[in-house]
Amino acid sequence: MTRLFARHRILLPILSLAVLLAATFYMQPRAMSYFGVNLLFNLAVPIALATVAQMMIIMVNDIDLSLGAFVSLVACVTATFLHDTPVLGVLILAGLIAAYAGLGVLIHRFELPAIVVTLGMSFVWGGIALSILPSPGGTAPPWIRSLMTVKPSLVPMAVVAAVLIAAVTHFLIIRTGIGTVLRGVGGNAASVARAGWPVLRLKALAYALAGLFGVLAGMALVGLTTSADANIALRYTLLSIAGVILGGGEFIGGKVSPVGAVIGALTLALAASFLSFLRLSPDWQIGAQGAILILVLTARLIFTRRDGQEG
Amino acid sequence: MKSLLLSAAAIAMAAPAVFADTSDKRIALSNNYAGNSWRQAMLQSWEDVSASAVSSGTVAAADAFTTSENQATEQAAQIQNMILQGYDAIVVNAASPTALNGAIKEACDAGLTVVSFDGIVTEPCAWRIAVDFAEMGRLQVEYLASRIPDGGNLLELRGLAGVFVDDEISAGIHKGVEENPQFEIVGSVHGDWAQDVAQKAVAGILPSLPEIVGVATQGGDGYGTAQAFAAAGRDTPLIVLGNRQDEMAWWAEQHAENGYETLSVSIAPGVASLAFWVAQQVLDGAEVPKDLNVPFLKVTQDTLEETLASTPEGSVATTDYSLDDAKGVIAGAM
Repeated sequence: MTRLFARHRILLPILSLAVLLAATFYMQPRAMSYFGVNLLFNLAVPIALATVAQMMIIMVNDIDLSLGAFVSLVACVTATFLHDTPVLGVLILAGLIAAYAGLGVLIHRFELPAIVVTLGMSFVWGGIALSILPSPGGTAPPWIRSLMTVKPSLVPMAVVAAVLIAAVTHFLIIRTGIGTVLRGVGGNAASVARAGWPVLRLKALAYALAGLFGVLAGMALVGLTTSADANIALRYTLLSIAGVILGGGEFIGGKVSPVGAVIGALTLALAASFLSFLRLSPDWQIGAQGAILILVLTARLIFTRRDGQEG
Repeated sequence: MKSLLLSAAAIAMAAPAVFADTSDKRIALSNNYAGNSWRQAMLQSWEDVSASAVSSGTVAAADAFTTSENQATEQAAQIQNMILQGYDAIVVNAASPTALNGAIKEACDAGLTVVSFDGIVTEPCAWRIAVDFAEMGRLQVEYLASRIPDGGNLLELRGLAGVFVDDEISAGIHKGVEENPQFEIVGSVHGDWAQDVAQKAVAGILPSLPEIVGVATQGGDGYGTAQAFAAAGRDTPLIVLGNRQDEMAWWAEQHAENGYETLSVSIAPGVASLAFWVAQQVLDGAEVPKDLNVPFLKVTQDTLEETLASTPEGSVATTDYSLDDAKGVIAGAM
């Protein structure tokens, strides 16, 4: 049993989500429906995308503290430029992805600590977002709005989106050759370099992928909220890091799981709703959210330790 | 799954029923922040009014929820959870005027009534109980004119630069001066709605000013202004106050010493109870305009002692609105 969990690290996140989901349905039977599941999880879609973005950075042994501010900026661009002047909007978003790739180059080339660079960048993104949208407002482009509120016949949008994000990133990171090499950069960059791969370009690619998913997160968020403000997604920085770890990822060594990251994001979103259904005082909610996180991580640690002793 | 869809549709159809009984209706308060005295007083006011409404059977439940962090995304999730919990109406003090629109639209589409107050939302399906800050400024000059018919020089205390509320109140004060040309604003400083900042700012500008007959303020800055005048050895002008406990305590003290009289005006945190009754009225089938204005809470010499006694130290004066008050506000907006 413990071995099974240790071998397949994806099992624990799945189990955590299942337990939490069962508890939520028990507390609030109304949630057990097409309509209910969509309401529970639709705001988790942008969080899942942001978590995947964070995963791309953690995959190469870095960490991104600017993600929340970046997603907020994307939200502001989406609600203004992408709506009013789509061509300019797309150009700006492409420029933001390029900026992320540039950050990867900068961090690798000058051996800067990512934590410092991204912390600094969070103020840059925040500043630009404020200058684009000094007061809350803007309008979601209608096509994004209809994409995020689409009602597929059998399974709610939120579930379809989560499965789609998990499947695409799993294929990209786990199945393809380039994905394997990218994880290798996190595992042992020196070996990858000696094998003849340009590590600088690989890091730029990982950061660009993070930028891409950050952009998708911002667009998805605006599709749900219908408009933006400059602080709309600041929480995503910590949520995304927690989601990656909750999903079975590790801070170092290139050990990440795209499917786990998506499940981690869903679990975090669900944990907040569950605590709210419990009618727990807000003073305790952050603490309780942290407790859930520690509980899952402790469980994981126990399983991996046991496996080490036995194997 | 189907049954819930059906019941959601049933709720949607039942909502506009005329003069329905609200005794089985459940109302939720979605609040984004509880970290200052105003919000604490607001939650207390909700607690008081909703508890008595529930015990008298007017509504079935009126629960208050505060998000653990002041973030729009979290509040949007909170509102979606309220839909799932089967509330009939949501009263919301919003973290953002626009970022909750998606969640609020979901609530409206599910047949819920949404009433926003203080921090209002722009989604057209929601009701808005807004504050007419400009009128609050104009009112001050009107009062000064009634007390000092001959007019004279005024000092204007402003709030935090760049904030919408500051611009609004200031615009109202300037409009008041236009209507009463016997007054002239000879100085204007930012007190940031804080007594210590106001005191420093006023102390800085005072030496360059001629005799001041009156001061228009924005609340939270009147006591500091008075201290600055006293420290400079100048006569205390007529300072319009903003309902803070320290301001009213100072006023009472001055009145006991030399018969000082003034006016104090601000927004009562009890506006939460007004929002509660407006939601109840909408559920009841009453015709309520989407845009309502919050009445100001005025403290005059007659009500000073009573208000001061009921205001805890460091807090701000408040009042709980009744159903009749709410009906009055609704009728006023028709």
